Amino acid sequence: MSVQAKPTEVAERPPSVTVTIDGIAVEVPKGTLVIRAAEMIGIAIPRFCDHPLLDPVGACRQCMVEVPDMGNGRGMPKPQASCTLECADGMKVATQRTSEKAEKAQRGMIELLLVNHPLDCPICDKGGECPLQNQAMSTGNGESRFDGLKRTYPKPVNVSAQILLDRERCVLCARCTRFSEQISGDPFIALVERGALQQIGRYETEPYDSYFSGNVVQICPVGALTSAAYRFQSRPFDLVSTPVTCEHCASGCQLRTDHRHFQVKRRLAGDLPEVNEEWNCDRGRFAFVSGRGSDRLTYPLIRENGELRPASWPEAIDAAVAGLRRIGTSAGVVTGGRLTLEAAYAYSKFARTVLGTNNVDFRARPHTSEEAEFLAALVAGRRLGEGVTYADLETAAKVICVAFEPEDESPIVFLRLRKAARKKKLAIQVVSPYRSRGTEKMLAEHVPAIGAEAISGLTADAGTIILVGERAAQTQGMLSAVAELAARTGARLAWVPRRAGDRGAIEAGCLPNLLPGGRPVADNAARVDVAASWGVDRLPAGEGLDADSQFAAASDGQLKGLIVAGVEPADFASRDAVLAGLEAAEFVLSLETRASEVTERADVVLPVALLETHAGTFLNWEHRPGPVEAVVKSRHTPMTDLRILAALADAVGTPLGIRTVASAQAEIAELGVWEGPRPATPVLPTAPRGGEVTLTSWRQLIDGSRANDGEPALLETARPVVARVSPATAERLGLGAELRLSSATGSHDFAVVTDPSMVDDAVWIPGNFFDGSLGTLGVVPGEAVTVVPASELVSAGGNA
Amino acid sequence: MTDPLTPVLTANWGDEQAWKLASYERRGGYQGMRAALRMTPPEVISLVKDSGLRGRGGAGFPTGMKWSFVPQDNPNPKYLVVNSDESEPGTCKDMPLLLASPHTLVEGIVIASYAIGVSHAFIYCRGEVLHVIRRLQQAVREAYAAGYAGSNILGSGFDLEITVHAGAGAYICGEETALLDSLEGRRGQPRLRPPFPAVAGLYACPTVINNVESIASVPAIVKNGSEWFKQMGTEKSNGMTIYSLSGHVARPGQFEAPLGVTLRTLLELSGGIRAGHQLKFWTPGGSSTPILTDEHLDLSLDYEGMAGAGTMLGTKALQIFDETTSVVRTTLRWVEFYKHESCGKCTPCREGTWWLVQLLHRFEAGTAVDGDVDKLLDVCDNIGGKSFCALADGAVACVTSAVRHFRTEFEAGYSTPAWELFPYRESALFEVREREGAGV
Repeated sequence: MSVQAKPTEVAERPPSVTVTIDGIAVEVPKGTLVIRAAEMIGIAIPRFCDHPLLDPVGACRQCMVEVPDMGNGRGMPKPQASCTLECADGMKVATQRTSEKAEKAQRGMIELLLVNHPLDCPICDKGGECPLQNQAMSTGNGESRFDGLKRTYPKPVNVSAQILLDRERCVLCARCTRFSEQISGDPFIALVERGALQQIGRYETEPYDSYFSGNVVQICPVGALTSAAYRFQSRPFDLVSTPVTCEHCASGCQLRTDHRHFQVKRRLAGDLPEVNEEWNCDRGRFAFVSGRGSDRLTYPLIRENGELRPASWPEAIDAAVAGLRRIGTSAGVVTGGRLTLEAAYAYSKFARTVLGTNNVDFRARPHTSEEAEFLAALVAGRRLGEGVTYADLETAAKVICVAFEPEDESPIVFLRLRKAARKKKLAIQVVSPYRSRGTEKMLAEHVPAIGAEAISGLTADAGTIILVGERAAQTQGMLSAVAELAARTGARLAWVPRRAGDRGAIEAGCLPNLLPGGRPVADNAARVDVAASWGVDRLPAGEGLDADSQFAAASDGQLKGLIVAGVEPADFASRDAVLAGLEAAEFVLSLETRASEVTERADVVLPVALLETHAGTFLNWEHRPGPVEAVVKSRHTPMTDLRILAALADAVGTPLGIRTVASAQAEIAELGVWEGPRPATPVLPTAPRGGEVTLTSWRQLIDGSRANDGEPALLETARPVVARVSPATAERLGLGAELRLSSATGSHDFAVVTDPSMVDDAVWIPGNFFDGSLGTLGVVPGEAVTVVPASELVSAGGNA
Repeated sequence: MTDPLTPVLTANWGDEQAWKLASYERRGGYQGMRAALRMTPPEVISLVKDSGLRGRGGAGFPTGMKWSFVPQDNPNPKYLVVNSDESEPGTCKDMPLLLASPHTLVEGIVIASYAIGVSHAFIYCRGEVLHVIRRLQQAVREAYAAGYAGSNILGSGFDLEITVHAGAGAYICGEETALLDSLEGRRGQPRLRPPFPAVAGLYACPTVINNVESIASVPAIVKNGSEWFKQMGTEKSNGMTIYSLSGHVARPGQFEAPLGVTLRTLLELSGGIRAGHQLKFWTPGGSSTPILTDEHLDLSLDYEGMAGAGTMLGTKALQIFDETTSVVRTTLRWVEFYKHESCGKCTPCREGTWWLVQLLHRFEAGTAVDGDVDKLLDVCDNIGGKSFCALADGAVACVTSAVRHFRTEFEAGYSTPAWELFPYRESALFEVREREGAGV
């Protein structure tokens, strides 16, 4: 019998070899390890240290096989570790299924592994899903012949605030150390000592500082590594698993969510080779409890005599409808980037058909009309495969990151780029104000720049991929320059937003210039197209107001009402402007999961279901649909955005036409994407630099975002909040250990890091610093700020 | 009868200040190097190949062939690393050689480097033997001063840097790839092969790793020719080598003889087993070579002769034990060493030696139970041949060979402590103080 391994590409096949395992011939690409070849024909060889995504190490020796013929007629005198042995043409391999020697070697190895492993399975978090436990059952002896003294250690060691190590359980497979070194590039843990006292060690003064640390818990083949978040929380066999797509960023990771008793207990990286392979970031893994605080909204609220009071759903819907009738078409909708595609679509349709306005925008962050034009021209209305994918990143000749810090803003893109740099010597350029750790870990070239000035000088060709982040919108002319570079050189361009719902919101038409599927509002045919599909006479013509303009218009009394989904005012360019708009608006309807600054200013508050209780789709930066399944099915679940909007539309008397995720999906599919002409790409000159000290910034992965609330161990692993300046700038400004950064509306003190790679005459701070954000200071990167030494100030004053 | 000894490497050990350059040169030192520099590098390699010199570190791989494996078209620098991390129980040939005549090694390094095209050679020396390191450093310094190292050696246009590196005290660093990791500043643990060091060794560059004695044998071969070398030894094991006798012999020490000499001859040279005692067992080449008994006195001490008896020539460190010695206790001490020195990388070595020590302690204390001998052998079988490097194979070889020859002594451990069967005072070569509880 001969089984052919599945060819991965139609194009050019790599040279292959044929190896016979347990009498079954299999053709595999040259370089394939025996253990992988065995998997291809369904033969599982037990293993601990082997991991398909890590470099082989051959440490645990569990996967021993016999090799009666190396392909040259001669056999190997000793059993071989199949995880380090490459297949050779004509090689014959006998696994535990056909070789007594291999079977005994494996049985013996399990026994040896258990010599120093405690039999504490009943109290071990891994018990029930433990490769050692499972393989001891499948491959080992029922009872150990070892009746001596086991190695013991005080327990546990805090490798970081989140990761705990019980050394006595460790089988020293080096998966965690190899992961941290090879995959994430954070080699803060290493094997130390020798013999049976060998153990995972950390630096005396440095914790295991990594955005990806949770992966080591997942790949640990025993219960040696646990997370502070999940330790002692549950037993694997009591959990129910549901596949979901991560809601934290636009990477689009598939996750496995485990719940018990109507409560999510943990989240694991799913297995999606096209996207996250088998990894995810710590934020995606641990930040899922933000909806469990006392600020969770569980019943509607309506404002009466200036105070919010609880209300029943019918009463609240009546109040909302009354408000909506009052404002008529003088309404704006701000949706934010956290919604599923289906929910965003409901808002988009609600704005157009129920309210009759194009005033809808998802961008809860600094944004411009240049960006809206860029998105309409080059991003919206595409399908997966029309643009850049993760796989393309690995085969590109060069990748340029502009206004995009992959490790902080799309961690899985970072992992993929690092992998390509390590394995395929991918050339990467990062255009950014300073050489970050992430830039170093991607082995990338750093192009120091804070605005668009460096872009026209970059070299690119048809083999180049330009990844441009949403922050490009902060600098006038940057998106124009990037589009020009791509058009001139033939380089491929991909826009990578930060939030999980951003790409879906664009496709749903949550932009003032776009209808669903990338249809330009300004295009008559596009409007007719959508109107016909929606069964309405006509759609509002003329582009609407973007989010900032909506709040400004509300402040000026030009816009009467605002419908606001999950947004944080402090995420916008100016928190004060958002709050002013909310306060001035005649009617504010808030649809939220948790009480916020919007709630405080809303007239009607409708509680929305947590993501874990509903289904939907996130589109990632590649435009790949990532399904979300309802994890927790509770009878007490509040309504979803979609159901609420449908109920409001019904009450207004203009039915939305959709009320379930399935119906929304069907309608989106029926609409398809726009096939007509795309609007022109924007052409704007590059803005001059701010002034004496220009602000630069991006948001760090683990920051004061409300989505991270309630998970103290995760927050402890956040990177420190510091301000970076170049040594020359620090000297010019006379900076010491701390600086005070001031805008027109506020100021904040930061610890100073002088960084030789930092651009001169600029300061970098994180976009969110826990007790404030750029939005609370009211500044946008690229603008001028005032920086003085904090120590010089007479009155300490505190943070504004 | 002709003198069975053939002092070449050891010939100058008794000279006044033998470790000094002047003393070494009075005996014709560095003549081999001068001759080699007049030849082409390939000629030197073929000369060494022709001589049949085999690695003296234990494995016996042909030295010339190892040199010829280095890809000459590789654009990276090539390195020579001399393994001077001698630390196996019983083995004591390289340290005396370096203490007495470090220039023999330095001269060999220059010749070997010239032959392979190496411009930087490293001597990785066991860190504990500080006096040897000092002698080596002094010898290298003298060689530089005399123009035998550095740039343009003796006007030949050949440049060579020599670095003496002190290890930090780990047996595993004698394993060649662990040595390379250690030399690069990492923890010494064996590397995955392939790539082999000849292709990607030190700093991922082509590297030849040779034992001290192998390299030290090269000057004499170049000076006297391969035919001279082949006259000594047996058909497949050519040349002279250093045998180290220790333990219950009247005059322990180093004896340089042609390969193929017998233990009987070596015992005659060393004054025999200590007075009033008989040979019980011995190791042919350090503690990791399976032990032999008095049946094997007339075996040829060369690579083939030892392999034929189910053991290995190893480092030719003959540890001699007389009838007062408990084989159980000796084995336990050896395995304790391997447990202590296991690097921890792979399961069988790390966990296996931990277990074996506990088992052997019971045999020593007489608290083993019926069936434990078979268990011991089975555990050894689960370790041997399964580990990442050869350390664990060495660790079980002494156990399995001891059981093979002295099974009843192990079985006695079911009831009687070893110290009752073999009072330890009897086997000591010096006054032992009584220690409570341990039976010593």
